[in-house]
Amino acid sequence: MSTDAATPTVAAGPLAGLREFWYYFSMNKGAVLGLAVFVLLILVAIFAPVLAPFPPDQQFREFIRMAPPWAGGTQPQFLLGTDEVGRDILSRLIHGSRYSLFIGFFVVSGALLVGVTLGLLAGYFRGWVDALIMRVMDIILAFPSLLLALVLVAILGPGLFNAMLAIALVLQPHFARLTRAAVLSEKSREYVTSAKVAGAGHLRLMFITILPNCLGPLIVQATLSFSNAILEAAALGFLGMGAQPPTPEWGTMLARAREFITSAWWIVTMPGLAILITVLAINLIGDGLRDALDPKLKRS
Amino acid sequence: MLRFILQKLALIVPTIIGITIASFAFIRLLPGDPILAMAGQHGVTPERYEILKEQFGFNLPIWQQYFNYVGGILQGNFGISLATKRPVIAEFMTLFPATVELALFAMLIAVILGIPAGIFAAIKRGSWFDQVTMGVALTGYSMPIFWWGLLLIIFFSGYLGWTPVSGRIALNFFFPRVTGFMLIDSLLAGKPDGFVSALRHLILPAIVLGTIPLAVIARQTRSAMLEVLGEDYVRTARAKGLEPRRVVGVHAFRNALIPVVTTIGLQVGLLMAGAILTETIFSWPGIGKWMIDSIGKRDYVSVQSGLLLIALIVMAVNLVVDILYAVINPRIRVQ
Repeated sequence: MSTDAATPTVAAGPLAGLREFWYYFSMNKGAVLGLAVFVLLILVAIFAPVLAPFPPDQQFREFIRMAPPWAGGTQPQFLLGTDEVGRDILSRLIHGSRYSLFIGFFVVSGALLVGVTLGLLAGYFRGWVDALIMRVMDIILAFPSLLLALVLVAILGPGLFNAMLAIALVLQPHFARLTRAAVLSEKSREYVTSAKVAGAGHLRLMFITILPNCLGPLIVQATLSFSNAILEAAALGFLGMGAQPPTPEWGTMLARAREFITSAWWIVTMPGLAILITVLAINLIGDGLRDALDPKLKRS
Repeated sequence: MLRFILQKLALIVPTIIGITIASFAFIRLLPGDPILAMAGQHGVTPERYEILKEQFGFNLPIWQQYFNYVGGILQGNFGISLATKRPVIAEFMTLFPATVELALFAMLIAVILGIPAGIFAAIKRGSWFDQVTMGVALTGYSMPIFWWGLLLIIFFSGYLGWTPVSGRIALNFFFPRVTGFMLIDSLLAGKPDGFVSALRHLILPAIVLGTIPLAVIARQTRSAMLEVLGEDYVRTARAKGLEPRRVVGVHAFRNALIPVVTTIGLQVGLLMAGAILTETIFSWPGIGKWMIDSIGKRDYVSVQSGLLLIALIVMAVNLVVDILYAVINPRIRVQ
């Protein structure tokens, strides 16, 4: 590979690794763009109450289903128009970013924690522990994810928190499988044997010796799961099983939008566009991370 | 080969047992009393409660309930729908062809567009075609498909008026059900205008359902082609002076196809999940919409059996894909 010659050879240390990572990551222009959009989204979510022109639930009954000013609307203060009860769509989208990002972080943290632990246990101990854990993962993966999440929410009751729990449960087998595979390939390496000889216990071997060397694929998978979580939570909201109205969650905002496809297109268009931009940005980052962290996949 | 198939079958048995346990557990995990949960807000009289308890076998020990449940399934008894009082399996079989027709058509679109797009993107790596195609593919992959469906309805049904908004066929057509596929049944009945109507109903939902598989297939084909194009035998073929079309079409593509076929097979689970959303948006009378409606109606017997049947179908298709994979790639069989 011709780029290898250009790899900066900096002195070892935590910063050097980071710099090398950034070197590869920034070669992918799409990934940098995605990262910029994502950082912007986080800022929007943090400063939502300051940025939003109106509170998300304030209803302007005299301006119901007002078109955006650039599409024939008469009220310039509603930049993206108003919805069926006269709430400012832009303000709702800005507040909705908090939900989407929170869903992503919560689901990925939960799925990572459970999946990585199970994968470590399975790969490290093998035997019946491995068989039991991996069969359960197989069973979870046998169901289409959205369907399983729907049924779990039917058991737990509709709502944002239950939806997040269900999605985390559905996504964690991917982490378990990845971690197990990585542990299996790392376990027989010499550094692990030498740590064992030096007297390291099971927990230390699992979490401190082996786990850090399995991080690359896990980070890529975490990014993919982040965008999946947002999409699935939005789908559950759309089907009425996720966040409940009047929560300005983007998918939930679309739940009643079908009624307005002929009369008020902006009610339908805007929340979906927000979901698409967010998910696309995260997937762009994911592609860049894969390029930077997983040399085997660099060609794609 | 037979040994390979038997091995695969033996491996999925524990998973199938696990799936039956999961679907069995579903009704028992519902919050509160399962019979009251199924009865909904109307509730039941104490006498009726006892009758229902007897009927569902809830008075038996839990392991006996499970064996009765599995025994029933093995005899094709998937319970009686609480909403329609018809056998669940009959409802399922009536609606299933609609989902299969939709999914097959969606997959057809995804394969016909996705594979050539991936090949050309790989050949012209780094060109504007490659960049635009991969940009579009990533956008498709990131698409909330329920919203995508609504957008297509706004444009093609609302603005242009080209396609109907919902259903499988215009209501004025009526012909005997032979295959359950509207496209085929309409032709068998000698009604070409019925075929056109069915096609007009099918096209938008199929595009929506096919969008994510299309993106996945295009990306996978591109990366598989790039991998193969860098191999020695491709270089040899080029060096021999074979014309580029032959090198790409025969030497590279046939080898790149192996991971692509697997990817196509693995989309089945995704298609089922996508069908839930697509069928809901387009009021398509398939099992995805039926599952959502059953959850909405608290028809938990239907939900339970639907969950089981869908998981079994996805597993069966994945098994077939595994076997096909071994057929086209002999290296797998030896392992």
